[in-house]
Amino acid sequence: MAIAKKSIVWGLFAAGGTIAAFLFPALIALFLLVAADRVPAGLQYESLYGFAAGWFGKVVLFFVISLALWHAAHRLRVVFHDFGVRKDKVVARAVYFVAFMGTVLTAWYLYAIR
Amino acid sequence: MSRNPYVRPVSKTTWYMRNGRYRKYMLREVTCLLVGFYSFFAICVLAILAGGSEEAWNSFLASQQNGFWVGFHAAALIYYLVFMTFDWFKLAPKALPLQLGEQKAPDIVVILAHYVAWVVVTAIIFWLTGVI
Repeated sequence: MAIAKKSIVWGLFAAGGTIAAFLFPALIALFLLVAADRVPAGLQYESLYGFAAGWFGKVVLFFVISLALWHAAHRLRVVFHDFGVRKDKVVARAVYFVAFMGTVLTAWYLYAIR
Repeated sequence: MSRNPYVRPVSKTTWYMRNGRYRKYMLREVTCLLVGFYSFFAICVLAILAGGSEEAWNSFLASQQNGFWVGFHAAALIYYLVFMTFDWFKLAPKALPLQLGEQKAPDIVVILAHYVAWVVVTAIIFWLTGVI
């Protein structure tokens, strides 16, 4: 059981890390363009809503956001340990709970965008 | 009866300051905060979209347009590229050693393949969003 559980956590971590490494620079760059008052056409309400309303956009957004969240949660757990917080059970529960809530919220909002 | 073993005192909170490798490790690992932050930022975007109001979306965009967010995103982007994306690619040959027949592909091939894939994926995102 222990091995099976670990491989799931590790799989989510690796998938999320790959997604975060490949896609997040573009995501941050898009937010930077918005902040610099150069909102790209694809981030105007109509087109972004249309993207999130379609099945392709929903699948992409759900997997990107939720996997990145699980990746961040798993690493944050280790970072807490590295900064001297030695209450791993409490930390693990907290970070995985936040990732779980984020996953549920993502699914809920995507469901609401139609 | 054995004596208590000697345990070298190591600070639990500042141990990584002793060594350049450890410092680099910590600089890399804290990028998980940026991953988490931008994930929740994206969820906020979805929440506003789910409200279904174009006005709310436009006022969100307007609320983003100031020097603070320009500086924040610019700094985050540079830090993220250096310590998350490029570090991830650097570690890729260790995580994904590529076997070609009898021989292992040289590390540089695996790393370059990651950079090429990253440029392509980023270009596709920019094309889809109308940046280029």
